[in-house]
Amino acid sequence: MTTKLFGEPVQRREDPRLLTGQGRYLDDLGREALAAAFVRSPHAHARIRDIDVGPALDVEGLVAVYTWEDLPERVGRALPLLIPHPALTHGRTAYPLAREVVRHVGEPVVMVVATDRYAAEDACALIEVDYELRKPVVGLEEAVHGAQLVHEDVPGNVGAHLVQEVPAPGGHGAREAIEAAPHTLSFRLDIERSASMPLEGRGVYARWDGRDLRVYSSTQTSTSVRMAVAAALGLPLPQVEVIAPDVGGGFGVKIVHPWPEEVLVPWAAMTLGREVKWAEDRREHFISSAHERAQVQHVRVGFDDEGRVLGLDVSILHDHGAYTPYGIIVPIVTSTQLLGPYRVGAYRVEFTAVYTNTVQVTPYRGAGRPQGVFCMERTMDKIARHLGKDRTAVREANFIRPEEFPYDQGMIFQDGRPLIYDSGDYPEMLRMIKELIGWDSFERRPGRGIGIGCYVEGTGVGPYEGGHVQITSDGRVHVSTGLTSQGQGHETAFAQIAAAELGVPIERVSVVTGDTRRFAYAVGTFASRAAVVSGNAIALACRKVREKALRIAADALEADPADLDIADGLVHVAGTPSASIPLSTVAVLANPLRYAFDEEAAKATQFSGTASPDRPPVAEGEEPGLEGRDYYSPIRSTFAAGMHAAVVETDPDTAEIKVVRYAVVHDCGRLINPMIVEGQIHGGVAQGIGGALYERMVYDQHGQLVNASFMDFLMPYATEVPHVETDHLETPSPLNPLGIKGAGEAGVIPVSAVIASAVEDAEGFAVDRMPISPSELFEARRRNRG
Amino acid sequence: MEHEITLVVNGTARRVRVPARRLLSDCLRHDLGLTGTHVGCEHGVCGCCTVLLEGRPVRSCLTFAVTVDGAEITTVEGLAGSDGRLSAVQRAFAECHGLQCGFCTPGFLCTVTALLADNPVPTDDEVIEGISGNLCRCTGYQNIVKAVHRAAELRAEET
Repeated sequence: MTTKLFGEPVQRREDPRLLTGQGRYLDDLGREALAAAFVRSPHAHARIRDIDVGPALDVEGLVAVYTWEDLPERVGRALPLLIPHPALTHGRTAYPLAREVVRHVGEPVVMVVATDRYAAEDACALIEVDYELRKPVVGLEEAVHGAQLVHEDVPGNVGAHLVQEVPAPGGHGAREAIEAAPHTLSFRLDIERSASMPLEGRGVYARWDGRDLRVYSSTQTSTSVRMAVAAALGLPLPQVEVIAPDVGGGFGVKIVHPWPEEVLVPWAAMTLGREVKWAEDRREHFISSAHERAQVQHVRVGFDDEGRVLGLDVSILHDHGAYTPYGIIVPIVTSTQLLGPYRVGAYRVEFTAVYTNTVQVTPYRGAGRPQGVFCMERTMDKIARHLGKDRTAVREANFIRPEEFPYDQGMIFQDGRPLIYDSGDYPEMLRMIKELIGWDSFERRPGRGIGIGCYVEGTGVGPYEGGHVQITSDGRVHVSTGLTSQGQGHETAFAQIAAAELGVPIERVSVVTGDTRRFAYAVGTFASRAAVVSGNAIALACRKVREKALRIAADALEADPADLDIADGLVHVAGTPSASIPLSTVAVLANPLRYAFDEEAAKATQFSGTASPDRPPVAEGEEPGLEGRDYYSPIRSTFAAGMHAAVVETDPDTAEIKVVRYAVVHDCGRLINPMIVEGQIHGGVAQGIGGALYERMVYDQHGQLVNASFMDFLMPYATEVPHVETDHLETPSPLNPLGIKGAGEAGVIPVSAVIASAVEDAEGFAVDRMPISPSELFEARRRNRG
Repeated sequence: MEHEITLVVNGTARRVRVPARRLLSDCLRHDLGLTGTHVGCEHGVCGCCTVLLEGRPVRSCLTFAVTVDGAEITTVEGLAGSDGRLSAVQRAFAECHGLQCGFCTPGFLCTVTALLADNPVPTDDEVIEGISGNLCRCTGYQNIVKAVHRAAELRAEET
């Protein structure tokens, strides 16, 4: 690599358009399209007796009204269950429009298409749906009680039940180990619902030309939307293309697919022969997209005098909402990532995923890890308190040691592969975080506490991503990958990789993501995987192109390819800079031509004399063009890690909690762009602070989400987020060519654990429920202090 | 019933016919094609739709287009110079990595442009207060705060 770009804080290449209003988000497209709007259920659980669309028919501008009965058989089928699992014995998904029964407030019942959104909403308001109300199931306890059922054919509301056991080396199970341990503790932990809540909601825009369908969707996976839409509409795959334009944040919710609207809007466009668009509004997003987090955990732990965990037994109740389109990934991640950087004697984890009449639960940044880390870190703090030891000493006593990698946790991870940590240095990381926050010199006093939280995050899950790299005869480098971008700076980070690998100035590199016209094979952007999986695929594709470029240049320069290097877009003989050939010319030579449409092309035509007459113009085994495609398919996930610490102050009268310092030490292997990684961490911590102190989804007993607006769902503003101090440890991953690990979700993962730890330290009593509001802390003081 | 109004948007007078209930945000985006102004909540909390009305930041999603007939409006598309050079605020946001997905960014840029016009050298607290009506879900605000200070420096260098 001749151009030092990898590891540099290169400024983002997507910014100029986003700063000038030239970004193209979903609702910025399709100005002439018809607008769709939906009648959504106002009830959490009801049978639909009748739908009267009559009153809406006079609305000026109305084009079409559809209920489930209007949908063709194929379009009206239940949405797919994307990630089946043997433990998900009662997986259930919704229909694109409600079929007979609605199971949460916000479920789409009628689709209206009109000349603009105002008219579509006017029509929605006039449609009368006659509901026969059923008693809703709200909250985990009610779901487990099972007296009322969300799905008539799912007994006890239990969708899935999974037990995983990792015995101690001697063969003892966790329960046995706990019984035999010198010390034991039992407790319950509660975590509330929150949601991804990107500032741009979901949206779909479809164009049908009578043969081909083009769909734009604000999605985290355009390739999968393409396949899902083709399947639902019965179209041959080559006739469908899906593009994720600029996407205004995702954080997990946009990985689910196909959403009802992703099937219905393209279908309506085909049926009507008109462009159709739907852009979700904020209330729709609250009540019809997805939530996450809610769990109740019952924990038993046995440990020795040093605080070493001999046995850990965790029982998780997971609220899955009304449907399970994304399978049971969230509780699987909680179960398998719970152990964090620790080796425990024996581990047993059991989860029960239950249905409730609430919005479905699918991954939100962290995807079950914040809950698992909350459990493990609360456990560590409780052990320390029980033994009268420093909280960091107990963690240290349980760490996996640097020499123990690769470390097999003995479980199956969310990708169906063994949970084997590839690399890390947890003791060093602890030393760094203690130094950064000043752990040993911290002056504790009532109302002022310090907390810590550690986590390990499996990142870069497979199955694969790909990259395509083409150098054109103008010397430009065109990179594409199939996964999508929602603000992670992929256009910059991937350009850095390509520029470094190819030895070209970054200004000549352009990157396209999430456009199936450019790259059709991809999985999607989730699980902190884009940099790891697409980044490595692009590097591998670049290496192919580089090899080809050197081969062609070696011929032209009559040199040995091994003696060649590329710098600043010039292939040159090492040590002899004058003997060189630009990549633009190599690109010309790579594509023998008959027609000279420009000056560069003329050099590659049949009478230009550049090709040997003894060989076919395209040699055997070669392909025309200076381009290459490659894939990276990881054998397993790579495991990033981090430790956070915070200092909080609690107001003695108002019980307000103020985070006065927040420190992060983070290890995601080699950094491609430290500026972008830090930005990801800042944003993650801010979401974590929201989840720890402010954000919750409040359902009343009727299943109404009573805080479904930004007025009442309290996302942090600048006034609520502390300054984040960061430091990096770089333990390269041995699993992939670039040595990188994922960073996208990291910041959010341990925050609730850290804040609980600090508040507990400040207040002197246990904090076992998150988020914690001032009024909850106030009540907790009364309970604990009388 | 529709009303014919004139909006002076980014220095250009634009005549448009709108129903009384047309939001200014929808008018800018869908009638005038200026899609840089974004809509994040439609209830005035997130600040994505912030534009400058006679130089002052307003929520265009809480403003009916007919109520600002004749007014001067600046949107994100009008912040750069006529030569296309980015404003100090825009450059500072790029330099400090003050944006990720970019959806909230136009609202922040308008808010900060007005903030620095009022208070060219704000303190840290004044910056945080000044941007506390805008939500960002990506950045955690730290680099936005940094960008505001940097923009103040860049502005000072230019004047």
